[in-house]
Amino acid sequence: MGIFEYAPAPESRDLANLKPHYRPFVNGEFVDGSGEPLKTINPATEEVLAEVGTASVSDVDTAVKAARKAYTGVWSKMPGSERAKYLFRIARLIQERSRELAVLESLDNGKPIKESRDSDVPTAAAHFFYHAGWADKLDYAGYGPNPRPLGVAGQVIPWNFPLLMLAWKIAPALATGNTVVLKPAETTPLTALVFAEICQQAELPPGVVNILPGAGDIGAALVGHGDVNKVAFTGSTDVGKAIQRQVAGTSKKLTLELGGKAANIVFDDAALDQAVEGIVNGIFFNQGHVCCAGSRLLVQESIAEELLEKLRYRVSTLRLGDPLDKNTDIGAINSAEQLAKIKGLVESGDAEGAQRWTSPCPVPERGFFFAPTVFSDVQQSMRIAREEIFGPVLSVLTFRTPDEAVTKANNTPYGLSAGIWTEKGSRILWMANQLRAGVVWANTFNRFDPAAPFGGYQESGFGREGGRAGLEAYLDV
Amino acid sequence: MTATTSSSAATATPAPLTDATRDEASLRRFLHGLPGVDQVGVEQRAAGLGTRSIKKAAKLWAIDTAISMVDLTTLEGADTQGKVRALAAKAKRPDPERPDTPQVAAVCVYPDMVETAVEALRGTGIHVASVATGFPAGRTSREIKLADTKIAVDAGAAEIDMVIDRGAFLQGRYLAVFEEIQAIKAACGSAHLKVILETGELATYDNVRRASWLALLAGGDFIKTSTGKVSPAATLPVTHVMLQAVHDWFAQTGELRGVKPAGGIRTTKDAIKYLVAVHEVAGEQWLTPDLFRFGASSLLNDLLLQRRTQADGHYSGPDYVTVD
Repeated sequence: MGIFEYAPAPESRDLANLKPHYRPFVNGEFVDGSGEPLKTINPATEEVLAEVGTASVSDVDTAVKAARKAYTGVWSKMPGSERAKYLFRIARLIQERSRELAVLESLDNGKPIKESRDSDVPTAAAHFFYHAGWADKLDYAGYGPNPRPLGVAGQVIPWNFPLLMLAWKIAPALATGNTVVLKPAETTPLTALVFAEICQQAELPPGVVNILPGAGDIGAALVGHGDVNKVAFTGSTDVGKAIQRQVAGTSKKLTLELGGKAANIVFDDAALDQAVEGIVNGIFFNQGHVCCAGSRLLVQESIAEELLEKLRYRVSTLRLGDPLDKNTDIGAINSAEQLAKIKGLVESGDAEGAQRWTSPCPVPERGFFFAPTVFSDVQQSMRIAREEIFGPVLSVLTFRTPDEAVTKANNTPYGLSAGIWTEKGSRILWMANQLRAGVVWANTFNRFDPAAPFGGYQESGFGREGGRAGLEAYLDV
Repeated sequence: MTATTSSSAATATPAPLTDATRDEASLRRFLHGLPGVDQVGVEQRAAGLGTRSIKKAAKLWAIDTAISMVDLTTLEGADTQGKVRALAAKAKRPDPERPDTPQVAAVCVYPDMVETAVEALRGTGIHVASVATGFPAGRTSREIKLADTKIAVDAGAAEIDMVIDRGAFLQGRYLAVFEEIQAIKAACGSAHLKVILETGELATYDNVRRASWLALLAGGDFIKTSTGKVSPAATLPVTHVMLQAVHDWFAQTGELRGVKPAGGIRTTKDAIKYLVAVHEVAGEQWLTPDLFRFGASSLLNDLLLQRRTQADGHYSGPDYVTVD
C-alpha cells in the first residue's frame, strides 16, 4: 500500500448477535427441523459462524399446512388496512435492527458492510414500506375490483442478496393476502431466520411466514408440493428451468428471476469518468454477485483504448478485503464452490485468447477472494462473453455503430438489464426501445427502487417484481 | 527544422494538444470534444469517497499533510503590513507550543503586500503567493493585469494566482482566455502560475472541465477553483473534475500539474475528504504540497486543534490556538 494508509474501521461483529444454533421457523415458532443440520461459514475467514437446523421433506409439508391454515383462517380474510399495519411494523423493525442485520449479512455473505448497511437493509425495509402502502389499495392497482390472493406461496431465494431477496418475495406476497413458505439459500440462511424473529416481534399471525433452511432438495419439495399455489424463484437459470418443468401442467403460478449477462454500452460521447464509475458499480458491486450485473462492457471502438486505460486505473483503486471494514469496496466470494466456478471461467477466457488484466490490489490469504479482473479483446464467441460468471470479472467487447451495439447487446440468451452511456437523449430513448432487457439504465447502473418493476426476458426468466406490475404475480387476475 | 525545447515542459506536448490551440475554431472543437461530466455521477462519487475511514495514525498523517499544503491567505481590503506579518509568523510556527507542527506551504496576499510577506518569510522556505491580474473580478485591461503580475513577481512572489476572464469564457472566446493565461505565464518568469477558474461562476461541470484543460494547455502550473469571493467556492465534486483533468493531462503529456481548491474549506473533516479525493482520483503522487494546496484562512486553526486532539486525547478549544 501507499503513503496514505486508511485506518481500519471494522464494524463490531458483536452487533450481529450471532448465536451458535439457528432453527427453522414454522407456524410462528422456531422448531427442530428433521433435516441434517448445516454449518454456515464466513466466506471472508472460512470459519464456521453457526449451525443451522434444516428442514426435511416432511417439514415442508408441515410448513405448507401451517401456511394454508393461516391463509384460510386469518390472512386472506383480514382487511388490507390491517395487513398493512403488520407490514409497516415489519419495515420499522428492519430499520430498528438494521445494524444487526447488516453485520450479520456481511458475516454470512461476505459482502462489504457499506453495501449491506447502505443498500441491502434499507432497500429491504423500503420494500415492506412500499408494499404496505398497496395492501389496502389493491382495488386501484388496475387489476379490477377486489383482486384475490392466490393462496400459499412457495419461495426460493439465492445467496447474493439474502435479506433483500427475501423482502422482494415476502413483502408483495403478504401485501396481496398470500401466506409464505420461503427457503433461503444454503450458504446464507442467517438473516432470514432473524427476519423470522422480526415476524414474531411484529406479532404476525402464526403460519403467515414460514422459513425453511435447507439445500436444493427442500426447494424442490417446496416447489413440487401439491398445496402450493404460487412459486417464486430467484437463482440460476438451470434450476429455474428445472422448476419450470416441475411446475408445468399444474395450476401453480410461476415467476422466475434468473441469470443475466447484461450489456453496459458506452458511446464515444459519454461522460467518460462517470461511465467508468458506472462500469465499476455495474460489475464490481457485491463482488459481481448480481444477476443484473453489467458483466459485458460494449464500448465504441473509437474510445475503447482510452476508456480501458481509465477503467484499469479506477479498478486498481478498489480496496478488497475484510467485508466488515467500511473502507472495503470488494468483499469475499460467497463460497469455495463459487470461487472455483469463477476461476474456471477466467481460465477459459485465457485459453480462448482474451487479454486478462487483474487489479494489483493485495488479496487476503484466508477466505474466498478474487481480485477484480477485466478481460479485453473479448469476442462474442467466447465463453466469458456468453456465460454468466457471477463474480468480479468484466468482459470488454467493442462495437462501431449504434445498430451493432444493439445487435451485440441483444445477442445473448439472457435479458435482465442493460446500461446505456451517452450524452445524447434521443439515442437513449431509441436504444431503450431496441434492447431486450427488463431494465435499461441510462447514465447510471444498478439502481433499485421498490416502485420499479424488475424482471427478465428469455433465459433471465419471466414475471416482474416490484411496482404495480409486481403485484400481479401474487394476485388472481 | 530546428529542434526547440520548452523550458517548463519536461515532455513534448502531444500533437493533438498543440493542434488544439492553433486557432479559435480548433480550440473550441477541442474543448467541446472533451468528455462531458455527468452531474449525478460525479456528485455520487464525491459523496461515496467521503466515507473512507481516517482515524488515529491515518488522521495524524492527513492532518500534517494538510497543514503542509495550506496556502495561508489574507485577501481583505483592510489588509495591513501588521496583518501580513502576523500571518507570516503563524505560517512559520503554526502551533508555537508544538514545534513538530509542519510549516504551511505558502502565504497568499495581494500584490502590494508581497514585499512585506517576503521580508517576513525570508529564509523559511515558505513561498509567497500573490493574487494578481485584477483579483478577484479580473475586470481590467491586459496591460494592468500584466503590470499587476510583474509587480508581484518583482517584489519576490514565487507563486502567482491569476483569475481567468470568465466573461470571455462564457462568451465562448476561449482563445482570448488561453492567450491571456499564456501572457501571464510569460510574465511570471520562474514564478509558478495558479489559474483560478472561479468555478462558481462557470456553473456547470462541463465548463469546469473545459476551463481546466484550457488552463493546462496555456501552461498553468496549478488549476485553482475559486477566489473565495464568489459562492459557491470550492466543492468536492468540482475538485473531483479538476483532479481528473490533471490526471488525464499527466496520462497524455507526462507532466504533473497541481490542483488547489480554495474558499469554504474550514474543517479538518472537509480537508481530509479532499485528500482522499486526491489519493483516489488523481493518484498518490499528487499528495504533496508541490501538486496540491488548500487555499484557506480558517482551516489551519481547525487542523491545529484536531492535531492537538489526536496527540492529547482531548479537545482543547479555540483559545489554545492563535488567532492572527
